[in-house]
Amino acid sequence: MATSVVLAILATSLATYLSRFLGAFTSEKISEKSKIYRWFNCIAYSTLAALISRMLIFPSGDLSEVNYLLRIVVILLSILIFYITKRNLVYPTVLSAIILGALNSFAV
Amino acid sequence: MVNYKYFLKGILSSKKFDSPAIALGASFVAIGALLKNLGFTIQESIFSTLLTYALPGSLVMAESMVIGASLVNIFLAVWLVNSRLYPMTVSIMPLLKHESQPRWKYYLSCHFVAVSSWLILKSNYEEIEKKYRIDFWIGIGTATWLVAIFSTIVGYYASDFLNRDMIIALAIINPIYFMCAMIGVMKTVQLSSAILIGAALGPIFYFVSPEWSVLIGGIVGGTISYFIGEKYGN
Repeated sequence: MATSVVLAILATSLATYLSRFLGAFTSEKISEKSKIYRWFNCIAYSTLAALISRMLIFPSGDLSEVNYLLRIVVILLSILIFYITKRNLVYPTVLSAIILGALNSFAV
Repeated sequence: MVNYKYFLKGILSSKKFDSPAIALGASFVAIGALLKNLGFTIQESIFSTLLTYALPGSLVMAESMVIGASLVNIFLAVWLVNSRLYPMTVSIMPLLKHESQPRWKYYLSCHFVAVSSWLILKSNYEEIEKKYRIDFWIGIGTATWLVAIFSTIVGYYASDFLNRDMIIALAIINPIYFMCAMIGVMKTVQLSSAILIGAALGPIFYFVSPEWSVLIGGIVGGTISYFIGEKYGN
Protein backbone atom coordinates (compact mmCIF):
# COMPACT_ATOMS: atom_id res chain seq x y z
CA MET A 1 0.00 0.00 0.00
CA ALA A 2 2.66 2.47 1.04
CA THR A 3 4.70 2.20 -2.18
CA SER A 4 1.61 2.50 -4.36
CA VAL A 5 0.57 5.67 -2.50
CA VAL A 6 4.01 7.18 -3.11
CA LEU A 7 3.89 6.15 -6.79
CA ALA A 8 0.39 7.65 -7.16
CA ILE A 9 1.62 10.91 -5.62
CA LEU A 10 4.62 10.95 -7.97
CA ALA A 11 2.43 10.26 -11.03
CA THR A 12 0.05 13.05 -9.94
CA SER A 13 2.82 15.57 -9.40
CA LEU A 14 4.58 14.75 -12.69
CA ALA A 15 1.31 15.05 -14.61
CA THR A 16 0.71 18.42 -12.93
CA TYR A 17 4.23 19.77 -13.43
CA LEU A 18 4.09 18.81 -17.11
CA SER A 19 1.50 21.52 -17.91
CA ARG A 20 3.38 24.13 -15.89
CA PHE A 21 6.70 23.22 -17.54
CA LEU A 22 5.23 23.32 -21.05
CA GLY A 23 3.69 26.70 -20.20
CA ALA A 24 7.06 28.10 -19.11
CA PHE A 25 8.78 26.57 -22.15
CA THR A 26 6.39 27.74 -24.89
CA SER A 27 6.02 31.23 -23.41
CA GLU A 28 9.77 31.94 -23.70
CA LYS A 29 9.26 33.56 -27.09
CA ILE A 30 5.94 35.25 -26.33
CA SER A 31 5.94 38.97 -25.58
CA GLU A 32 3.36 40.41 -23.21
CA LYS A 33 2.30 42.88 -25.89
CA SER A 34 1.65 40.28 -28.59
CA LYS A 35 -1.72 39.13 -29.85
CA ILE A 36 -0.97 35.51 -28.98
CA TYR A 37 -0.39 36.59 -25.38
CA ARG A 38 -3.80 38.29 -25.27
CA TRP A 39 -5.39 35.18 -26.75
CA PHE A 40 -3.80 32.95 -24.09
CA ASN A 41 -4.85 35.40 -21.42
CA CYS A 42 -8.48 35.12 -22.57
CA ILE A 43 -8.24 31.32 -22.60
CA ALA A 44 -6.80 31.30 -19.08
CA TYR A 45 -9.62 33.47 -17.68
CA SER A 46 -12.26 31.59 -19.63
CA THR A 47 -10.95 28.19 -18.47
CA LEU A 48 -10.96 29.31 -14.85
CA ALA A 49 -14.52 30.64 -15.18
CA ALA A 50 -15.57 27.34 -16.79
CA LEU A 51 -13.91 25.40 -13.97
CA ILE A 52 -15.53 27.44 -11.20
CA SER A 53 -19.03 27.36 -12.69
CA ARG A 54 -18.71 23.62 -13.32
CA MET A 55 -17.61 23.12 -9.69
CA LEU A 56 -20.71 24.99 -8.50
CA ILE A 57 -23.28 23.61 -10.95
CA PHE A 58 -22.00 20.03 -11.38
CA PRO A 59 -19.83 19.51 -8.31
CA SER A 60 -17.90 16.34 -7.59
CA GLY A 61 -17.19 15.09 -4.10
CA ASP A 62 -18.71 16.61 -0.97
CA LEU A 63 -20.69 19.42 -2.61
CA SER A 64 -22.62 17.00 -4.84
CA GLU A 65 -24.55 15.87 -1.75
CA VAL A 66 -26.10 19.33 -1.45
CA ASN A 67 -29.47 19.92 -3.09
CA TYR A 68 -29.04 22.05 -6.23
CA LEU A 69 -31.68 24.59 -5.16
CA LEU A 70 -29.73 25.16 -1.97
CA ARG A 71 -26.54 25.69 -3.99
CA ILE A 72 -28.25 28.20 -6.26
CA VAL A 73 -29.57 30.13 -3.21
CA VAL A 74 -26.05 30.26 -1.76
CA ILE A 75 -24.50 31.36 -5.10
CA LEU A 76 -27.04 34.19 -5.56
CA LEU A 77 -26.73 35.33 -1.93
CA SER A 78 -22.92 35.39 -2.25
CA ILE A 79 -23.05 37.57 -5.36
CA LEU A 80 -25.50 39.90 -3.57
CA ILE A 81 -23.26 40.11 -0.47
CA PHE A 82 -20.23 40.73 -2.72
CA TYR A 83 -21.90 43.82 -4.22
CA ILE A 84 -23.44 45.06 -0.93
CA THR A 85 -20.03 44.94 0.80
CA LYS A 86 -18.48 47.00 -2.05
CA ARG A 87 -16.78 44.02 -3.71
CA ASN A 88 -15.25 42.56 -0.60
CA LEU A 89 -14.14 38.95 -1.08
CA VAL A 90 -14.05 37.82 2.54
CA TYR A 91 -17.68 38.42 3.59
CA PRO A 92 -19.41 36.49 0.79
CA THR A 93 -16.93 33.61 1.16
CA VAL A 94 -17.26 33.22 4.92
CA LEU A 95 -21.03 33.80 4.90
CA SER A 96 -21.54 31.29 2.06
CA ALA A 97 -19.93 28.57 4.19
CA ILE A 98 -22.04 29.46 7.23
CA ILE A 99 -25.29 29.73 5.24
CA LEU A 100 -24.69 26.45 3.41
CA GLY A 101 -23.66 24.59 6.58
CA ALA A 102 -26.75 25.86 8.42
CA LEU A 103 -29.27 25.30 5.60
CA ASN A 104 -27.88 21.86 4.82
CA SER A 105 -28.19 20.65 8.40
CA PHE A 106 -31.88 21.63 8.35
CA ALA A 107 -32.54 20.23 4.88
CA VAL A 108 -31.37 16.68 5.51
CA MET B 1 20.10 34.75 -6.31
CA VAL B 2 16.67 36.03 -5.34
CA ASN B 3 16.21 39.70 -4.53
CA TYR B 4 15.13 39.58 -0.90
CA LYS B 5 13.19 42.85 -0.90
CA TYR B 6 10.89 41.79 -3.74
CA PHE B 7 10.64 38.24 -2.43
CA LEU B 8 9.35 39.67 0.86
CA LYS B 9 6.94 41.95 -1.01
CA GLY B 10 5.52 38.87 -2.69
CA ILE B 11 5.12 37.10 0.64
CA LEU B 12 3.39 40.15 2.14
CA SER B 13 0.97 40.62 -0.76
CA SER B 14 -0.26 37.08 -0.07
CA LYS B 15 -1.40 37.90 3.43
CA LYS B 16 -3.71 40.85 2.79
CA PHE B 17 -7.14 40.80 4.45
CA ASP B 18 -8.94 39.56 1.35
CA SER B 19 -6.17 37.36 0.01
CA PRO B 20 -6.96 34.26 -2.09
CA ALA B 21 -4.94 32.43 0.56
CA ILE B 22 -8.21 32.16 2.54
CA ALA B 23 -9.86 30.08 -0.17
CA LEU B 24 -6.67 28.14 -0.68
CA GLY B 25 -6.39 27.35 3.03
CA ALA B 26 -10.02 26.21 3.35
CA SER B 27 -9.77 23.86 0.40
CA PHE B 28 -6.51 22.28 1.52
CA VAL B 29 -7.97 21.71 5.01
CA ALA B 30 -10.64 19.69 3.18
CA ILE B 31 -7.94 17.85 1.19
CA GLY B 32 -6.02 17.01 4.37
CA ALA B 33 -9.19 15.54 5.91
CA LEU B 34 -9.94 13.61 2.70
CA LEU B 35 -6.44 12.10 2.49
CA LYS B 36 -6.63 11.05 6.13
CA ASN B 37 -9.93 9.27 5.48
CA LEU B 38 -8.37 7.53 2.45
CA GLY B 39 -5.72 6.03 4.71
CA PHE B 40 -2.78 8.27 3.77
CA THR B 41 -0.15 8.83 6.46
CA ILE B 42 0.67 12.41 7.48
CA GLN B 43 4.00 12.20 5.61
CA GLU B 44 2.25 11.06 2.42
CA SER B 45 -0.32 13.87 2.72
CA ILE B 46 2.36 16.54 3.14
CA PHE B 47 4.39 15.01 0.31
CA SER B 48 1.30 15.11 -1.92
CA THR B 49 0.57 18.82 -1.39
CA LEU B 50 4.28 19.69 -1.52
CA LEU B 51 4.80 18.08 -4.92
CA THR B 52 1.43 18.59 -6.60
CA TYR B 53 0.05 21.83 -5.14
CA ALA B 54 -3.06 21.84 -7.34
CA LEU B 55 -6.44 21.13 -5.86
CA PRO B 56 -8.38 19.39 -8.65
CA GLY B 57 -5.37 17.15 -9.33
CA SER B 58 -5.26 15.93 -5.73
CA LEU B 59 -9.03 15.31 -5.81
CA VAL B 60 -8.73 13.27 -9.00
CA MET B 61 -5.85 11.27 -7.50
CA ALA B 62 -7.97 10.52 -4.43
CA GLU B 63 -10.99 9.49 -6.52
CA SER B 64 -8.85 7.31 -8.79
CA MET B 65 -7.26 5.54 -5.85
CA VAL B 66 -10.65 4.72 -4.35
CA ILE B 67 -11.67 2.91 -7.54
CA GLY B 68 -8.23 1.30 -7.83
CA ALA B 69 -7.16 2.96 -11.10
CA SER B 70 -3.72 2.15 -12.58
CA LEU B 71 -0.81 4.59 -12.44
CA VAL B 72 -1.17 5.35 -16.15
CA ASN B 73 -4.85 6.14 -15.65
CA ILE B 74 -4.08 8.38 -12.69
CA PHE B 75 -1.42 10.19 -14.72
CA LEU B 76 -3.77 10.78 -17.67
CA ALA B 77 -6.74 11.84 -15.52
CA VAL B 78 -4.62 14.30 -13.53
CA TRP B 79 -2.91 15.64 -16.64
CA LEU B 80 -6.29 16.32 -18.23
CA VAL B 81 -7.80 18.05 -15.20
CA ASN B 82 -4.67 20.11 -14.51
CA SER B 83 -4.02 21.09 -18.12
CA ARG B 84 -5.71 24.43 -17.32
CA LEU B 85 -2.33 25.24 -15.72
CA TYR B 86 -0.86 25.45 -19.23
CA PRO B 87 -2.71 28.60 -20.43
CA MET B 88 -2.41 30.02 -16.92
CA THR B 89 1.40 29.67 -17.04
CA VAL B 90 1.61 31.10 -20.56
CA SER B 91 -0.48 34.08 -19.44
CA ILE B 92 1.89 35.09 -16.63
CA MET B 93 5.44 34.10 -17.67
CA PRO B 94 5.79 36.89 -20.29
CA LEU B 95 4.94 39.41 -17.53
CA LEU B 96 7.83 38.11 -15.42
CA LYS B 97 10.45 37.82 -18.15
CA HIS B 98 13.65 39.82 -17.94
CA GLU B 99 16.91 39.10 -19.78
CA SER B 100 19.05 39.66 -16.68
CA GLN B 101 17.31 36.84 -14.79
CA PRO B 102 18.47 33.20 -15.02
CA ARG B 103 16.14 30.72 -16.69
CA TRP B 104 16.11 28.19 -13.82
CA LYS B 105 14.03 30.64 -11.81
CA TYR B 106 11.25 30.38 -14.37
CA TYR B 107 11.36 26.59 -14.64
CA LEU B 108 11.44 26.14 -10.89
CA SER B 109 8.84 28.76 -10.01
CA CYS B 110 6.32 27.53 -12.59
CA HIS B 111 5.53 24.90 -9.93
CA PHE B 112 3.83 27.71 -8.00
CA VAL B 113 1.23 28.35 -10.71
CA ALA B 114 -2.20 27.79 -9.10
CA VAL B 115 -5.41 29.81 -9.12
CA SER B 116 -4.71 31.72 -5.90
CA SER B 117 -1.08 32.66 -6.61
CA TRP B 118 -2.02 33.50 -10.20
CA LEU B 119 -4.73 35.93 -9.04
CA ILE B 120 -2.42 37.59 -6.51
CA LEU B 121 0.20 38.15 -9.22
CA LYS B 122 -2.36 39.39 -11.76
CA SER B 123 -3.67 42.04 -9.37
CA ASN B 124 -0.25 43.26 -8.17
CA TYR B 125 2.39 42.84 -10.90
CA GLU B 126 2.02 46.30 -12.43
CA GLU B 127 3.40 47.97 -9.30
CA ILE B 128 6.60 45.93 -9.51
CA GLU B 129 9.60 46.84 -11.64
CA LYS B 130 9.89 44.31 -14.46
CA LYS B 131 13.40 43.23 -13.55
CA TYR B 132 12.32 41.98 -10.13
CA ARG B 133 8.90 40.58 -10.95
CA ILE B 134 10.20 37.01 -10.96
CA ASP B 135 11.48 37.42 -7.38
CA PHE B 136 8.13 38.93 -6.41
CA TRP B 137 6.42 35.90 -7.98
CA ILE B 138 8.69 33.48 -6.10
CA GLY B 139 7.62 35.25 -2.89
CA ILE B 140 3.91 34.90 -3.72
CA GLY B 141 4.43 31.25 -4.69
CA THR B 142 6.36 30.39 -1.55
CA ALA B 143 3.73 31.99 0.70
CA THR B 144 0.72 30.32 -0.95
CA TRP B 145 2.53 27.00 -1.18
CA LEU B 146 3.30 27.08 2.56
CA VAL B 147 -0.35 27.98 3.30
CA ALA B 148 -1.43 24.90 1.32
CA ILE B 149 1.00 22.61 3.13
CA PHE B 150 0.10 24.01 6.56
CA SER B 151 -3.63 23.66 5.80
CA THR B 152 -3.17 20.05 4.69
CA ILE B 153 -1.61 19.29 8.08
CA VAL B 154 -4.43 21.11 9.92
CA GLY B 155 -7.08 19.24 7.90
CA TYR B 156 -5.37 15.90 8.48
CA TYR B 157 -5.42 16.28 12.24
CA ALA B 158 -8.79 18.07 12.40
CA SER B 159 -10.61 15.45 10.33
CA ASP B 160 -11.84 13.59 13.41
CA PHE B 161 -13.55 16.75 14.64
CA LEU B 162 -15.11 17.82 11.35
CA ASN B 163 -18.66 16.63 10.74
CA ARG B 164 -20.34 16.24 7.35
CA ASP B 165 -21.88 19.74 7.33
CA MET B 166 -18.55 21.35 8.19
CA ILE B 167 -16.77 19.50 5.37
CA ILE B 168 -19.49 20.62 2.94
CA ALA B 169 -19.20 24.21 4.21
CA LEU B 170 -15.43 24.07 3.63
CA ALA B 171 -15.96 22.77 0.11
CA ILE B 172 -18.10 25.77 -0.94
CA ILE B 173 -15.53 28.37 0.19
CA ASN B 174 -13.14 27.77 -2.71
CA PRO B 175 -15.57 28.09 -5.67
CA ILE B 176 -17.50 30.99 -4.07
CA TYR B 177 -14.31 32.93 -3.39
CA PHE B 178 -13.02 32.49 -6.92
CA MET B 179 -16.45 33.23 -8.41
CA CYS B 180 -16.48 36.61 -6.63
CA ALA B 181 -12.82 37.22 -7.54
CA MET B 182 -13.65 36.56 -11.20
CA ILE B 183 -16.60 38.99 -11.08
CA GLY B 184 -14.17 41.48 -9.53
CA VAL B 185 -11.73 41.37 -12.46
CA MET B 186 -14.42 41.91 -15.11
CA LYS B 187 -13.11 45.37 -16.03
CA THR B 188 -12.49 45.21 -19.79
CA VAL B 189 -14.75 43.99 -22.60
CA GLN B 190 -12.30 41.21 -23.38
CA LEU B 191 -11.97 39.85 -19.84
CA SER B 192 -15.68 40.25 -19.05
CA SER B 193 -16.69 38.26 -22.11
CA ALA B 194 -13.98 35.64 -21.43
CA ILE B 195 -15.34 35.09 -17.93
CA LEU B 196 -19.05 35.17 -18.81
CA ILE B 197 -18.77 32.93 -21.86
CA GLY B 198 -16.44 30.52 -20.05
CA ALA B 199 -18.81 30.30 -17.08
CA ALA B 200 -21.70 29.49 -19.42
CA LEU B 201 -19.81 27.01 -21.62
CA GLY B 202 -18.23 24.97 -18.80
CA PRO B 203 -21.55 23.51 -17.61
CA ILE B 204 -22.98 23.35 -21.17
CA PHE B 205 -20.08 21.21 -22.46
CA TYR B 206 -20.49 19.05 -19.37
CA PHE B 207 -23.44 17.41 -21.13
CA VAL B 208 -21.14 16.48 -24.03
CA SER B 209 -18.11 15.34 -22.03
CA PRO B 210 -17.64 15.81 -18.26
CA GLU B 211 -13.85 15.32 -18.51
CA TRP B 212 -13.24 17.75 -21.36
CA SER B 213 -15.91 20.35 -20.48
CA VAL B 214 -13.63 22.82 -18.67
CA LEU B 215 -10.86 22.67 -21.25
CA ILE B 216 -13.09 22.90 -24.33
CA GLY B 217 -15.27 25.54 -22.65
CA GLY B 218 -12.15 27.57 -21.88
CA ILE B 219 -10.63 27.33 -25.35
CA VAL B 220 -13.89 28.13 -27.16
CA GLY B 221 -14.88 30.87 -24.67
CA GLY B 222 -11.39 32.37 -24.68
CA THR B 223 -11.17 32.43 -28.46
CA ILE B 224 -14.61 34.04 -28.90
CA SER B 225 -13.83 36.67 -26.27
CA TYR B 226 -10.44 37.36 -27.85
CA PHE B 227 -12.17 38.35 -31.10
CA ILE B 228 -14.87 40.31 -29.25
CA GLY B 229 -12.14 42.21 -27.39
CA GLU B 230 -10.07 42.91 -30.51
CA LYS B 231 -13.16 44.21 -32.29
CA TYR B 232 -14.75 46.32 -29.55
CA GLY B 233 -11.60 47.49 -27.81
CA ASN B 234 -10.08 46.68 -24.46
